[in-house]
This record gives sequence, structure tokens and C-alpha cells, in this order.
Amino acid sequence: MTSASPPAPAARLGAPDAPAVSRAAGFGRLLLSEWTKIRSVRSTIWSLALLVVVTFGFTGLFTWLTILQWSKSDPTQRAQIMSDPVGTILGSGLEFGQLTICVLGVLVMSSEYSTGVIRASLLAVPRRIPMLVAKATVFAALVLIVGEIVTFPSFFIGAAVLHSHAPVSLSDPGVARAVFGAGLYLALLGLFALAIGGIIRHTAGAITAVIAFVLVLAPLTQLIPGKIGKYVHAYLPTEAGQLIGQAHQQANQVLSPWEGFGVFCLWTAVLLLIAGYLLKTRDA
Amino acid sequence: MIEARDLTKRYGDKLAVDHLSFTVEPGRVTGFLGPNGAGKSTTMRLILGLDRPHSGTATIGGQQYTDLVAPLRTVGALLEARAMHPGRSAYNHLLFLAQSQGLSRSRVDQVVALVGLTEVAHKRTGGFSLGMSQRVGIAAALLGNPQVLVLDEPVNGLDPEGILWIRNLMKQLASEGRTVFVSSHLMNEMAVTADHLIVIGRGKLLAETSTQEFIERSAEKYVLVRSPDVARLADLIAADGGKAEPQEEAGGNGKAAAVRVTSMDAPRIGEIAAAARIVLYELTPRLASLEEAYMELTADSLEYGAPGSPPPSPAGPPVTAAQAPATAQGGTE
Repeated sequence: MTSASPPAPAARLGAPDAPAVSRAAGFGRLLLSEWTKIRSVRSTIWSLALLVVVTFGFTGLFTWLTILQWSKSDPTQRAQIMSDPVGTILGSGLEFGQLTICVLGVLVMSSEYSTGVIRASLLAVPRRIPMLVAKATVFAALVLIVGEIVTFPSFFIGAAVLHSHAPVSLSDPGVARAVFGAGLYLALLGLFALAIGGIIRHTAGAITAVIAFVLVLAPLTQLIPGKIGKYVHAYLPTEAGQLIGQAHQQANQVLSPWEGFGVFCLWTAVLLLIAGYLLKTRDA
Repeated sequence: MIEARDLTKRYGDKLAVDHLSFTVEPGRVTGFLGPNGAGKSTTMRLILGLDRPHSGTATIGGQQYTDLVAPLRTVGALLEARAMHPGRSAYNHLLFLAQSQGLSRSRVDQVVALVGLTEVAHKRTGGFSLGMSQRVGIAAALLGNPQVLVLDEPVNGLDPEGILWIRNLMKQLASEGRTVFVSSHLMNEMAVTADHLIVIGRGKLLAETSTQEFIERSAEKYVLVRSPDVARLADLIAADGGKAEPQEEAGGNGKAAAVRVTSMDAPRIGEIAAAARIVLYELTPRLASLEEAYMELTADSLEYGAPGSPPPSPAGPPVTAAQAPATAQGGTE
């Protein structure tokens, strides 16, 4: 147990050391402040490290298994992989890697509530919304950067493994956009999870909600029969958002990659607005 | 200066703060007293914009908290001590707050030294004792060198040395002309710290007065008289216009009996005794302790009373010092 040294006998408060601030200059300070918050807790480091390891690992593993099973797999599946190798590569690793972003996104917001830091944060930024905007901006930027650092190497890993049966190059049409887009998807997914963390405020509940939605609920809607099922599934946030990681629109898909990404953007924007409204109106 | 005007906060159908109005002046320590559940913390949260009042306003220097630009430079607040991420170091906790207000890293170092945490500043706060967490909270409150301080139970969890330190700190901050508003449920703590008192119970204002006035107003003064011939003395005192009541004493066997005399001062009692040649063993002017005065004042408004305590009387008559707000305005400190 560490102990505090005796306090200074008398308070020497000193003078404030910076000139008064204007609101305009204030936002840059909030970005800096939120960056300090995010970088100073271990959950950030662990989640992002796990994103890298899990994504690289599963990309390698699943593409390798695909090659091993190649001769035994059914022809339609093979045709699908050959028509969109980049989608196969990104889908295999990020399917699991994205869960770390779901968890981190929720935590970035919900941990403020579970630890009580939200009170300190809101005392510093009593208008509240600028705090949420700064937090979302910093977090999305961080995930975008790390996301790109993850998606490009995993593409190269997967492409190298698939090379013999489904060759793909970054210069093929749509491929560079798909790889870059997968990073964008992760950043947006982070915001999606952050918004849900802000709405639900309880870490466990929010993580369960996000992961259950992404992994279970959204894919399950594929089982809804007929045209309705097809459209419901197509317009769900993460299912639509993941389309950005494909080189081109498949024949059976309702939305193009960018349309899908746009749909996910809309969902996330709505959730962030709800989170902002609740942040502004609820007692902290 | 902090001004609350007709503040009301309702949780469900329970009134936590009930049309509360008061003023906290700069240049002195104002104690905010009330039993647990009286609404002290809620009131502070309303002042700080964390909760929204159902009606009424709270302003700091004429502005609502939510309208302050870089509020930590105007108001420093300590709410619950554990409001920190256990995995974040004390330094980083203070740093993100400083950055949000445009304050420098050197200012963080300054306040860390001020509260005596330099050696542990880079350790995660999860391992901190309550007292150490409290110091981090105080460092955060002092970060922006604010003119107004709002401290909710700041001595909680501090050791005697820490209590003395925070007491002196509050007095010093007030002597520098700052507004210091500090809550406590301990009357004795406030007696040695606060110059002025705001007492609430069940969300209502019970008294707003100087500490000195509060004691004199709410506590009965009496003289304790002990004599081997106490019965005769009591009669003489009664005949002279005083009131003498037997003093109940636990385990007082072997001692001469005593009476509590009110409406008569000690010299007069001495004179009466001397005239009647009655021996006095003890003649002690007594002032009821501040704690007693406080208990008396809040007895009707206890939110969580022990069994056998007087039942709450929501529409009960105002207690003695409830008239204090009107008169306290005139008393300048």
C-alpha cells in the first residue's frame, strides 16, 4: 500500500497560468482532454492489441482452411470466393476482430458512468454535448488509424494465402476501396457501440446488446423468408456497413458497398443523436 | 457568491429539495448542514448543473453553472471522492481535467504537490485509500484556482492530520476572499470550520445564520449548580425569579445533587447562596453543545431516524431558528 506524503502546510494556490478561453478555442482542448482519457486506461491498449492479433490470426487461419478445403467445398461457394476474394479475406478476420471494437466503444462511454468520472467530465464541460462530440471524434480517429493499420496487412496475409486459387491484388477494381473501407467500417462500428454505451450506460448491458446484435440478431434476419427478410437484413446497420468491405455489389444484394456504408452512417448518426439527447437531459 | 432561489428537485414523488433559497457569500466558510438524506448533495448537484431542478434557479456569481466557459476556473467542486477511473493515474485524471480548461501540465504538478500526492501521482487510483482519493478530488477542485469552492463532505475518510489540513485550507481559501461552501452532517466539524451555517432538513431550509448566532439561538443556556443543600437553594432561586430543575445524572452516587438553573446568571446564584450561607460545590455556566443545538433543530426532519425518535412531522411548526434567515441578513460578518 502506498501512502501519501504529508500535505503542504499551507495552500499555495498560485495564479492561473493561461489566459481566459473562448468557446471556439475550447473544442481543441476537449479533443486533447478526451485523448488523454482514452490513452490513459489499459482497456484501450488491450482492446486494440487484441484487434490486431485476432484479425491477423483469423485472417490467416480462415483463408488457410479455405485453401485446405478447396477441392471438397461446393462449387457455388468457390465461385463466390473467386468473384470477391477481398470480401472473403476481410470477412474472415474482421468478423471476430470487430468484437474488440464493440467492447471498446461501449467502454469508452459506459466506464465514465460506472466509475463516476462522468461527474468530473460534466463539471468540466457542463454543456455536455461538446464532450460527447470530442470523445466520439477522438475515438473514431483512433479506431480509423488502428483499423487501417490492421486491414491492409490482413489483406496482404489473406491474399498471399489465397493466391493459388483466388488471386487478388490491391490494384484490382474496388479492392483498395474495400480494404480502406473495412477500416472505415471499424471506426463507424466504434461510434455505433459508443452511442449504445451512452444510451444504456451500463457496461455489461451495453456490451451484450451490441455483440448480440452484431453476431446473432443481424445475421439471423437472413432466415426471414422472402423479399421482406432480404430488405430487413440489407438495411440493418452492421450488415449494411460490412458491404464496404466487398469489391463490388453481388447479384443478390440490395445495396452497393457505399450505399450500405451510408445506411450504417445513418443508423449511427441516429443513435449518437439519441445518446446526445439523453446525455443532455438526464441527470448525471 | 452562490445564490439558490426557490430550488426544487423531485425524484419520483419524493421531494429531495423543497423550495430552497439561500445565499453563500464570499470571504467566509459557509457550512451546509443537514442529516443524511436532507438533500445536501442534491442541492450541490443542482448548483453544479449535474441535475436539473424542477423549478427555481441556482447561480454562481450571477451565472448558471452551465453557462460558464471553462467552469473549473470559476468553480472548484468535490463531490464523491471515488469518482475516478481506478485504472487511470491520479496525474492523468487531473491532466484531462486541466486540458479541458486550457490549463498547463505545470498546473497539474502544482496541485498534486499542494495536496501532498507527488510521490503517488503516477500510480493508478484504484489502489488509493479513501483519504488519498479525497486528496485527488481536492486537487481537482483547486486545479483552476477558482473563486468558488463547493465541497461535499470533504473530510470524509481523512485521518486527523488530513482533517486539520482541509480545515485550514478552507479557512485560508475563505480569507483570500473566495466563496467556500462545504457540506457536512457533523455539526462539531462545522463548528470549528464554518463562519456561517445553512441548515436544511427534508429539503427545506431550517436556518441560515452565523455559527455563533446559531448556537445562541437554538441552544438553551443554563448554569449547573451543585450543593449539599441544593433543595433549599432551589427554593431561594425560584423565589428570586430563576428556574431550577433537578439535574439527572447517571451514576451520580456519592456526589451532592445538582440543579440546572435557567433565567438566572451564575453571579446572581452565587450571591443568593452566599446570602443564605449555603455551600456551593460547583457553579458552572453551560452552553449546550453545537451538536445538541443541531440535533434539536433537525429532530423533526430526520429522513432515517432510529426507532423511537420523534416521528417526522412534514407540516410541523417551524423550529426555533427557522426565523433566522430574516434576521441573519442584517448580521454582517
